[in-house]
Amino acid sequence: MAWANKVLRVNLSDGTVTDEPLNMDWARQYLGQRGLASKYLVEEIDPKCDPLGPENKLIMTTGPLTGTMASTGGRYSVVCKSPLTGAIACSNSGGYIGAELKNAGWDMVIFEGKSPRPVYLYIENDHAELLDAAAIWGKSAWETDKILHRTHQDPQLRIACVGRSAEAGCFYAGVINDLHRAAGRSGVGTVMAAKNLKALACRGTRGVGNIKDPLRFLQATEEGKRVLRENAVTGQGLPQYGTQVLMNVINEAGAMPTRNMRETQFEGAHSISGEAMHEPRKSDGRPNLTANAACFACTIACGRISTVDKEHYTIQNKPQYWGNSGGLEYEAAWALGSDTGVDDLDALTYANFVCNEDGFDPISFGATVAAAMELYDLGLITQAQTDGIEFKFGSAEALTQAAELVAKGEGFGKDLGLGSKRLCEKYGRPELSMTVKGQEFPAYDPRGIQGMGLAYATANRGACHLRGYTVASEILGIPEKTDPLSTEGKPELVKAFQDATAAFDSSGLCLFTSFAWTLDDVAPQLDAACEGEWSAEKLLEVGERVWNLERQFNLTAGLTSKDDTLPKRLLEEGANVGPAQGKVNELGKMLPHYYEVRGWDSDGVPTSETRQRLGLA
Amino acid sequence: MLQALKLEPEKCTGCLQCEMACSYENEGVFNPAKSRIKVFAFHDEGRFAPYTCTQCDQAWCMHACPVEAIVVNAATGAKEVLESVCVGCKVCTIACPFGTVNYSHDSGKVIKCDLCGGDPWCAKACPTGAITYVASDDTGLERMRAWAQQGLPSAASFAAPTEKAVQTYNRAS
Repeated sequence: MAWANKVLRVNLSDGTVTDEPLNMDWARQYLGQRGLASKYLVEEIDPKCDPLGPENKLIMTTGPLTGTMASTGGRYSVVCKSPLTGAIACSNSGGYIGAELKNAGWDMVIFEGKSPRPVYLYIENDHAELLDAAAIWGKSAWETDKILHRTHQDPQLRIACVGRSAEAGCFYAGVINDLHRAAGRSGVGTVMAAKNLKALACRGTRGVGNIKDPLRFLQATEEGKRVLRENAVTGQGLPQYGTQVLMNVINEAGAMPTRNMRETQFEGAHSISGEAMHEPRKSDGRPNLTANAACFACTIACGRISTVDKEHYTIQNKPQYWGNSGGLEYEAAWALGSDTGVDDLDALTYANFVCNEDGFDPISFGATVAAAMELYDLGLITQAQTDGIEFKFGSAEALTQAAELVAKGEGFGKDLGLGSKRLCEKYGRPELSMTVKGQEFPAYDPRGIQGMGLAYATANRGACHLRGYTVASEILGIPEKTDPLSTEGKPELVKAFQDATAAFDSSGLCLFTSFAWTLDDVAPQLDAACEGEWSAEKLLEVGERVWNLERQFNLTAGLTSKDDTLPKRLLEEGANVGPAQGKVNELGKMLPHYYEVRGWDSDGVPTSETRQRLGLA
Repeated sequence: MLQALKLEPEKCTGCLQCEMACSYENEGVFNPAKSRIKVFAFHDEGRFAPYTCTQCDQAWCMHACPVEAIVVNAATGAKEVLESVCVGCKVCTIACPFGTVNYSHDSGKVIKCDLCGGDPWCAKACPTGAITYVASDDTGLERMRAWAQQGLPSAASFAAPTEKAVQTYNRAS
């Protein structure tokens, strides 16, 4: 089995909680987590609904391997319609909350309606109730965590919550769990706060015991761990440098989006890299990095635990930031750093702390600050709008003050909380927004990595690196090397990555295992744990089904093939330096063929044969 | 020779594989709440530390037990709880100075580490070597080696005294 076979339905409008069996027919088709919760969402809401209205639902969901000994088996996702994009959203997080929810005996929690007053959900195994959140509403995620631990007198309580940015309506607020892990993208925290739902506090002591074939499961997971251990990326690169192992690699490749993607290499990349996090600071002699931290069940441990120098301007006299907390991941380091032109590692680490403390996505935040800096550079925004801040590229002070303003939703922070697309529209230059479907780009310039342009343009949640990471093939040579500057074979490559990723995201495992694992490594683990037969072929089909289901949701919501595009800058302005110098992204060469490979018509709509083949008709 | 669990907190990443291995071996379920070994997170310090029974020779829990439900396994040295004898009085949980004997609400008995009969699952599951099962006489050997090396007049230590050494020197002079 591995599924807990139980769903908690929480009606926030009437304050009721009920349990129901998991729909196993759907589980056989959609597996769990991203796939299965998306199926529930598609069946239960109108894709045209207002994402911030009571008719949207928010689902916190685990996968069948969440809470087991499978390496990285601790993931959970938050699924809803996104206010940032108007598309389907699924944000994935590690830490411990997913496993705790599963240990309490639940596969997923479906929140519907809107509470008349702020509440939080408390779960202790079978027991679930909505409690008054008056004491935590208006508090940061860190304060909320502290208060709930104190209120319930339980140090082992696990907490997922929103910070003040979400309450203030920031469009890219996430759901923070375990203080510094996040279901970060697409504004899933904004939806949670719009429902007057502040937190989930969970304690599970029942465990996960219904493994189909325990002996085979232990053997399969042990074999999986061996593969991770012996792989150069998951066994060495990620443990040593975290995802920040990529900073210098991507910069060398000339695919480092810099200063709102005006440039493709950042002169300060080394100062904010994984290597730099190991170097002793000149000021206090300590390195930025203290230790690796693993999420639940993870044998890779790419997580970073860092400090900021106590004398750094950002935290002088602010003892709440003097201890260790979640350090920079590559995506945060890029967005807060090279995209804004800031090369002060401690300033970035502080901004990242603030993103965690008040629950907003550092990618979207950094990219929005970058867009604002370009608008400021062009004179379209002045100090009159920025609360007097000199909003220049390269200004660490502007970056860190901006983070504090977005955290509280104050002053210019309200504008920045709109996200890059709405901000650039407001100030009359929509083409300066580096977004797809309203979501900000992650850390790979698609002029230097052609396949990523197609992956961004077609990703169902808007621009995203976690929906089809062809960087693995184009730069790192996993599973085989392709030319990053060529469009040859990229439609097929993008589809293969997208489908496999959707399967990983539906399992309870972390996508980062896919640096070492293919679905051939995942299948034996799932097959030993779960009822039914789970081969790599079947998982790939599940992935394709999930992809098409999400696509159909978006089409019904009103998105069209016109939304499968990139900002003009990437299609018309050549890369300024590096190996891709002079090149644009040749999306037009890839997109029509991608639709064919997908079995979609020329408008990007899945054909009836495709829908029938995948059981979506 | 008897073996003992050697715990090295500086290597721990907080993944809880040990807790799952322990609960699975003992209870047939992946459940950190039922683990005999616990990993503690110290957030502000950025550290994790695994902790479990050290198998005291003169075990407080064993001496405190009024029904002699805790016995020595001669092969492993482990102090094991005889479930059929234990009456769940919890006196051992009070006697243990380290808190490593705990009451299980589900069974009405106490639970503690029994070294899995000489093949501890936590050590096998630990991905970073923070938990190993080594000769009990040698658990301190590596730490001794590290200290011994500090006193060694190597070229490197002459060329670049450590920050700590400099501070110590400055304080002394």
